[in-house]
Amino acid sequence: MNINMTLIGQSITFAIFVWFCMKFVWPPIVGALEARKKLIADGLAAADRGKHELELAAKRASETMHDAKLKASEIIAQADKRASQIVEESKGAAKVEGERMITAAKAEIEQESHRAREALRGDVAALVIAGAAKVLRREVDAKAHADLLEAIKNEL
Amino acid sequence: MSAEAHTSTEYIKHHLQNLTYGQLPAGYQRGDGEVLQGSTWTLAHTAREAKDMGFMAINVDTMGFSILLGALFLYLFHKVAKLASKSAVSGAPSGLVNFVEWVVEFIDSSVKGSFTARNPMVAPLALTIFIWIFLMNLMDLLPIDWLPRLSGALGLPFLKVVPSTDPNATFGMSLTVFALVIYYSIKMKGVGGFVGELTLQPFGKWGMPANLLLEGVNLIAKPVSLALRLFGNMYAGEMIFILIAIMFSGGTVLALTGGVLQWAWAVFHILIITLQAFIFMTLTIVYLDMAHQEHH
Repeated sequence: MNINMTLIGQSITFAIFVWFCMKFVWPPIVGALEARKKLIADGLAAADRGKHELELAAKRASETMHDAKLKASEIIAQADKRASQIVEESKGAAKVEGERMITAAKAEIEQESHRAREALRGDVAALVIAGAAKVLRREVDAKAHADLLEAIKNEL
Repeated sequence: MSAEAHTSTEYIKHHLQNLTYGQLPAGYQRGDGEVLQGSTWTLAHTAREAKDMGFMAINVDTMGFSILLGALFLYLFHKVAKLASKSAVSGAPSGLVNFVEWVVEFIDSSVKGSFTARNPMVAPLALTIFIWIFLMNLMDLLPIDWLPRLSGALGLPFLKVVPSTDPNATFGMSLTVFALVIYYSIKMKGVGGFVGELTLQPFGKWGMPANLLLEGVNLIAKPVSLALRLFGNMYAGEMIFILIAIMFSGGTVLALTGGVLQWAWAVFHILIITLQAFIFMTLTIVYLDMAHQEHH
């Protein structure tokens, strides 16, 4: 417990320690702390910006989606309209075609019956001539009586 | 310790004596009766010898432990300083770096809180004071007989493990702080300003002697109270550890009680050593702040 040279020795030691701390310990640590603080602040700012951008992007995306939906429903409506139009058109065309076919068939039937009637008429004329020939017991000269036969045929 | 070898008084005295190296004059009769032929540089073997060495002696244990601890502090913090400047760019800091940065931030905020002027020396000074005193005080938590026994086995007559229980250490620091206070007082206010501060307030120039007395006491009280507060607290704490250690030789019941008491006191002492380091640091900052401040 005696006061002696230790007092001075301790003072000098203390001064050297403080000097060393001031020169080599404090500034780098505080500098590192500042650097890290800045890094973190920058990071947070970047994160904020990112968040903001994300919000914007989400907004844009929902807008685009909305537009797309609108357009899609428009297209669907148009397609519906077009489809019904096509159906109507084809209905009309089918009707016309049908009518045309019916007409053609009718005409053909007419022709066919006409032809049959003609053939029948010829047959009947031949039959009549044969009958008349049997009746007259003599051959009717088909050539000589052609105009007569024709007149009969036309009457039938 | 066995009761035959040491009485309690001797035990206490032994623990309170520093390992002192100094010069004994010719014709001096040493503790073991030997009379010196010439003046000799030697380690003091008794408290009386240490006292008779006078001022030109040095407490080897105080110097040794404090330099060792201070070097440990600077080594660790310097290493961390290098690591920290790397990790600041490369990512998350590791355990020790975290701890040191936490301490540094704590000191930094303390300094920013009570020191209003600008001085790049104050914060490192505060850090050195806080950690160094804390480490010196921490030696108090080592079981009290370990290191003295070890050194005794190596042939050293005394060993006081806690440097801050040596007034030389505490006054060494407080006087350095005091020198800084006076230096910055004169640097910031000039010699006239400093002298004026001592003599012209609080009673104006006609009350100069009273002013000088009051302000002088005020000024001198700073280093004295700094040093004595730390010394007193650590000395008393050490003394209680010594007294508890004496209980260990008093039979089973006393020894067990002593064990419990030692544990309890050590836990409480953790608070005291930190608090004392913090108080020394804070008052240093405040004194330096006052030194930087211009008074009316």
